[in-house]
Amino acid sequence: KMADMKSIVETKLTEEFSPVHLDVTDITAEKCDTSFNVIIVSDKFTGKPLLQRHRMVNSCLEEELKSIHAFTMKTLTPEQWEKQKT
Amino acid sequence: SAKWDKTKLDSLVQNSKVVVFMKGVPAQPMCGFSNAVVQVLRMHGVDEYDSHNILDDEDLRSEMKVYSNWPTFPQVYVGGELLGGCDIIMQLHQNGELIEELTKVGIRS
Repeated sequence: KMADMKSIVETKLTEEFSPVHLDVTDITAEKCDTSFNVIIVSDKFTGKPLLQRHRMVNSCLEEELKSIHAFTMKTLTPEQWEKQKT
Repeated sequence: SAKWDKTKLDSLVQNSKVVVFMKGVPAQPMCGFSNAVVQVLRMHGVDEYDSHNILDDEDLRSEMKVYSNWPTFPQVYVGGELLGGCDIIMQLHQNGELIEELTKVGIRS
């Protein structure tokens, strides 16, 4: 069931954001309930403030977030991602 | 609900330069995410801010989700506008932008 949720989250984010990089980590074991850490790198975030980026992800996963206990995200542009890697 | 209509929530978020809706109270946060926000504010010398314990008020909890169009807590309002939840506050803290956001409302950290 948990693996299902992970793949649903991955599929939806991939379809919505065509990410350059996507990392969905299941951290349920560290928490008491279904929990994920997500890093998403997409050109669709370019020129948008953090709040708006997070709103985009929240609305993409609106249904899923109802049953996810903890969800943390990092939303980066490809440029920010390159900078962070170096 | 009648208890928290838009006008009341408007004045709630505008009552102080920084307003936090969280699980627990600053002296005793009841969730790691709320705690992280409290710690970051403390690090920036933001000592005086309004906080509301959404665990104590189920109506406020549900109304704030709608009002903010934001699904989770904590929610941090600066200058009457939603700045973000824990992730955003942490990222703004790490990249230095939180100082700018606080400066905009006259808080020097």
